[in-house]
Amino acid sequence: MGASISLDYITHRFSAAAKPTLKDIENRIEPGELVALIGRSGCGKSTLLHMMAGLLIPSDGCVRINNHLVTKPSAKWNMMFQKASLYPWMNVKENAALGLLFDGMPKAKAGERVDTLLDMVGLHDKKEVNVQSLSGGQQQRVALARSLATEPEVLLLDEPFSALDAFTRTQLQEEVPNICRERGITMVIVTHDIDEAIAMADRVLIMSQNPGRIVGELTVDLPWPRRHMDAGFQSMRDELMQQFKGTDTGLAGRNGADTEESEVSESAA
Amino acid sequence: MNTSNTQTITAASVMPNMSQLFGWLKSLQYPAVGITGLLLLWWFGGFMIENDPDLSAFAAFAPAPTFSALVDLVASGEVWQPIGSSLYRILSGLVWGIGIGVPVGVTVGYFGLALKVTNVPFQFLRMISPLAWMPIAVLAFQSWDSAIIFLIVMATVWPIIFSTAHGVRRIDPNWFKVARNLGASGFQMLRRIILPAIMTDVMAGIRLAVGVAWVVLVPAEYLGVTSGLGYAINDARDTLSYDSLAAVVIVIGIIGYGLDTVCSVLIKRFNWHME
Ligand SMILES: Nc1ncnc2c1ncn2[C@@H]1O[C@H](COP(=O)(O)OP(=O)(O)OP(=O)(O)O)[C@@H](O)[C@H]1O
Ligand SMILES: [Mg+2]
Repeated sequence: MGASISLDYITHRFSAAAKPTLKDIENRIEPGELVALIGRSGCGKSTLLHMMAGLLIPSDGCVRINNHLVTKPSAKWNMMFQKASLYPWMNVKENAALGLLFDGMPKAKAGERVDTLLDMVGLHDKKEVNVQSLSGGQQQRVALARSLATEPEVLLLDEPFSALDAFTRTQLQEEVPNICRERGITMVIVTHDIDEAIAMADRVLIMSQNPGRIVGELTVDLPWPRRHMDAGFQSMRDELMQQFKGTDTGLAGRNGADTEESEVSESAA
Repeated sequence: MNTSNTQTITAASVMPNMSQLFGWLKSLQYPAVGITGLLLLWWFGGFMIENDPDLSAFAAFAPAPTFSALVDLVASGEVWQPIGSSLYRILSGLVWGIGIGVPVGVTVGYFGLALKVTNVPFQFLRMISPLAWMPIAVLAFQSWDSAIIFLIVMATVWPIIFSTAHGVRRIDPNWFKVARNLGASGFQMLRRIILPAIMTDVMAGIRLAVGVAWVVLVPAEYLGVTSGLGYAINDARDTLSYDSLAAVVIVIGIIGYGLDTVCSVLIKRFNWHME
């Protein structure tokens, strides 16, 4: 079952002298809710997600999952990264079962458990294959199965589909929220892509830069499955775009930190 | 050229095993040329020695006497005992070298600070010939055998440490992150991620170490001990039986080559990189 995530006044500095990367972040994510986090490159989205995963401890404030203070990583709140990072000395099945193995489950039983998961993510004929022979999309599917194997309450996704081709990406954008909804998993996805946010989330949080804070949010009240062609989808995307532009401090807020042009608006255009 | 090609093709279509055999033979043709060249050079050297009145006492170094001595050595079974002693020493040294080198290498590679602290001393120690430790080894150890094994350890740890540390530093940091994220403990991280990830590098280090150790072993056996291939060479020299001396040299070369081949097979076996 999904867990609630509460972000309690998180402020973070990477070094004592630096300006805060994140400032006064405060939000509550309900059990089973699907949330997207959007913002410009470098605004601190990954940093915030790492904190939810327990991979990074904020310098001020805290993350609570089901009222439990997050101090270290756990397979119960699992993160998927942009790169699948599979282990090439293990086959598909062994990779998927790794979290269970770490949890002390015997190998045979872990293998059984991931069997159905691999079927579900469409890898039924690849179970014994070397992961280096898989396509990028298939690798990301293995990573998904690996994340789901430990039956997480929270699934954290850091731009997990951005390296995939458009077709696979669209497929996974549909499959992942379905899986999370079926299993009641709370999902937080970081993305640059406004379409992806609308396609996958119940609620979108908009982050600003320098310092990173949550400056806006939009409830996406569309039926599932979401179709990019629907009128509701289109108007929702326009609304999010407007809101994003309204809150975006643009280059002024970046102190010339980096000069990448508005990726968010490009991907939406 | 053309005819041999068509022959190969027909053979391949009739019997796939035959074509494998052809391929195998073909892959041997260049080494065969090399070995023949070496034998010719050797034969020529023997010929020159034989015809030089100052050197003719050493005529037994030529190929013919050497090979007949080698046949005798093998037929009489005399050759096995020194091989056994030498292999025992090199394997003991290697086991210690791995036992010390891998943990030190992992530590040095994993902790950036450890690398900074140890880099200069290790590079310094590495450059000292293992044979230079001989007097100290003789003082420190009761038996000549242990002293020689100590020298082998001194020869093998460095390549293993450096290669292991290099392997650890090359590990994709995302692998650590993902494993931590899946709830890996420190020991599980070591057992399931670090060790398999560096296996290829460790094996490459072991291969280097075996090469150095084998080269160091023979001169080390000149001293003190009364067994082993180095001793056999010394013994042959003292009894002026140059043909068996040359035969032992051949044995040393063959075994060294064999050890290296075993290592390269192991490297392939543990290599998870896909071509
Ligand atoms: N380990 C670190 N040490 C110092 N600064 C860091 C570290 N990690 C991130 N930062 C800085 O914190 C800021 C936020 O980084 P973060 O990776 O969270 O951004 P992001 O929103 O995920 O960007 P992107 O969309 O490009 O992935 C950046 O300015 C980055 O330079
Ligand atoms: Mg990021």
